Amino acid sequence: MGREQSQMSYTVEQLVAVNPYNPDILPDLQNYVNEQFEPERMNTQIVARILIKALMAMPAPDFSLCLFLIPERVQMDEQFKTLIVLSHYLETAKFRQFWDEAAKNRHILEVVPGFEQAIQEYAVHVLSLTYQKVPRSVVAEAINIEGVSLDKFIEQHGWIVEGKGELVTLPRNEFNNPELRRTSSANSIPLDRITRIYPLLDLSSALHILFGEYLVDIVKAH
Amino acid sequence: MEYSEEDEGEGYDPSYVPEPIHVRDIVQDAERAFFKEKAWPSVEAVAEYVDNDHVFCLLYREMWFRHLYARLNPTLNHKIHSWDNYCTLFQLPNQWLWDMVVEFVYQFQSFSQYRAKMKTKTNHEIALLTQHDQAWNVYGVLNFLQALMEKSSIVDILQQEKEGHQQFTATDGYDYSGGSNVLKVLGYFSMVGLLRVHCLLGDYQTGLNSLLPIDITQQGVYTSVIGSHIATIYHYGFAKLMLRRYVEAIHEFNKILVYIYKTKQYHQKSPQYEQILKKNEQMYALLTICLSICPQHKLVDETVNSQLREKYGEKMLRMQRYDDESFALYDELFSYACPKFITPSAPSYDEPLVNYNQDAYRLQLKLFLYEVKQQQQLSVVRTFLKVYSTISVAKLASYMEVDEFTLRTILMTYKHKTHSVGADGKTISNPDIDFYIDDLEAVIGNMDRVKLE
Repeated sequence: MGREQSQMSYTVEQLVAVNPYNPDILPDLQNYVNEQFEPERMNTQIVARILIKALMAMPAPDFSLCLFLIPERVQMDEQFKTLIVLSHYLETAKFRQFWDEAAKNRHILEVVPGFEQAIQEYAVHVLSLTYQKVPRSVVAEAINIEGVSLDKFIEQHGWIVEGKGELVTLPRNEFNNPELRRTSSANSIPLDRITRIYPLLDLSSALHILFGEYLVDIVKAH
Repeated sequence: MEYSEEDEGEGYDPSYVPEPIHVRDIVQDAERAFFKEKAWPSVEAVAEYVDNDHVFCLLYREMWFRHLYARLNPTLNHKIHSWDNYCTLFQLPNQWLWDMVVEFVYQFQSFSQYRAKMKTKTNHEIALLTQHDQAWNVYGVLNFLQALMEKSSIVDILQQEKEGHQQFTATDGYDYSGGSNVLKVLGYFSMVGLLRVHCLLGDYQTGLNSLLPIDITQQGVYTSVIGSHIATIYHYGFAKLMLRRYVEAIHEFNKILVYIYKTKQYHQKSPQYEQILKKNEQMYALLTICLSICPQHKLVDETVNSQLREKYGEKMLRMQRYDDESFALYDELFSYACPKFITPSAPSYDEPLVNYNQDAYRLQLKLFLYEVKQQQQLSVVRTFLKVYSTISVAKLASYMEVDEFTLRTILMTYKHKTHSVGADGKTISNPDIDFYIDDLEAVIGNMDRVKLE
């Protein structure tokens, strides 16, 4: 259909522009330019590929950004509907459902190499935000690896396993550990406001409460 | 110049030449009569008769000097002043230049909306549209704004200004070294124009990228005109909202709402007053949305907070319940406050005639509500986190009436949604209340040591 045709052309260019940090998109653009003689089929394939790569970019919001640019009619395509469902599972950390659905749609996903690894990285990222110590079964489900391969994965990442191997300790970071928590701009409060709220505290006590011990050491050093 | 409106579809005809009633003839007659040997009355003397109109005075001054050079002997002082006059003539007020850019984008938006209303189009209209498919073509509009930016070298100028080699912002864009401000300021405002066009197309990241050369944490030429200041922050905030960068949006909306609160009385007589008030209301609606999804009330000034409570206090409470009524409220506020989205591509005129001018808006709304739905459980989590400093996973699951497996996914979703990733790939933590899970005791430790509210 004519309108969808021109919609798709515009969409592909926009999608490419939306992914400035993803050099993998460039071959898709070249394909698009070169293979205009089968426009309808090619455009769907290219958009699908871009969407898959956007999924792989998670936790970055590239996938949503792409959806904003694809006309609703076009989003009705079966392939795209599947990818949208997969994105939903990832956005809501429903990893078990994600891997089940991904397995059923391998033919769509295998066009982009490295898909599994990218999603596993995202899963590890979310686990690291959330857990200091996580049950092995939760890890297995999140990255879709079990048994000996899972042991290897854990070893490769340098994670410590406790007890009978049922609990995995993840590296400490500012998101799963209050002591390492750096003040983000959302939570930082100007110093003068702090001392106003706690007029009886001296400055170093106020800092200690909010920023943790290591900052107080810096203050003391001056 | 006139164009007749009787002829169907007749537009502006550039080849039409009016009767030669030249101002020059009048002037020459007057000259012959009164000013053969002496200078015209000074601008100051004339100004009061023309209400001190800025443009009239500039043009009159130009002709004053022309007469001087033609009929009398200009002194050195005269020659210097005539040079100065030309410099001033080639500078236009920032308000004008902003109005030009805004009008340009508005006409593009208006045309796109018109074109998408296919239902009542006559065959004649469709033929015209097909014939003139270049008119207000989206690529044309984008290229035009992009070209203004490039020709003006405004990005370089701003960069050089940062390094101390150029003056631009300090003079509000005006050029006091003999040049003209027109191209530079048009190029500057085109960045805001591009931000707006990209938002209309749903391309929020590209819109924000267009604005990058402008530092919105500082005053700038964009704040020299109230319309431009508001348009910049409105679109910036909206784009951030759609990118789920709620904290940044809240921060900027708060700043400008305080500013408008303090300064709107000075604009009461201005033709922009209505627009200022409208955008003010829309931004309160957007701020309400942001704060409902991401409660960070300490980022909001007290004046804004009290306005917020007055306008949307009750609705915000209902929105945080995440039931059917809340979604209706999110829908209502979004629809009220969002830009008038457009579909960039031309319709296929062979298809049956339907109106599709609402399609773009419906898509953005749908995706926005989809995101809100994904965050549905998070406000429940937040309520519990506020109450408990530690709690076991099993207990929290029972309070929330879900199984442990589901709770774990909800908790991970909370973490994912409240931690955004910047363009540099670094993770930023945004939640007002945070936690971590130490599964040895299956507890949830509250990350916030001190609550200041």
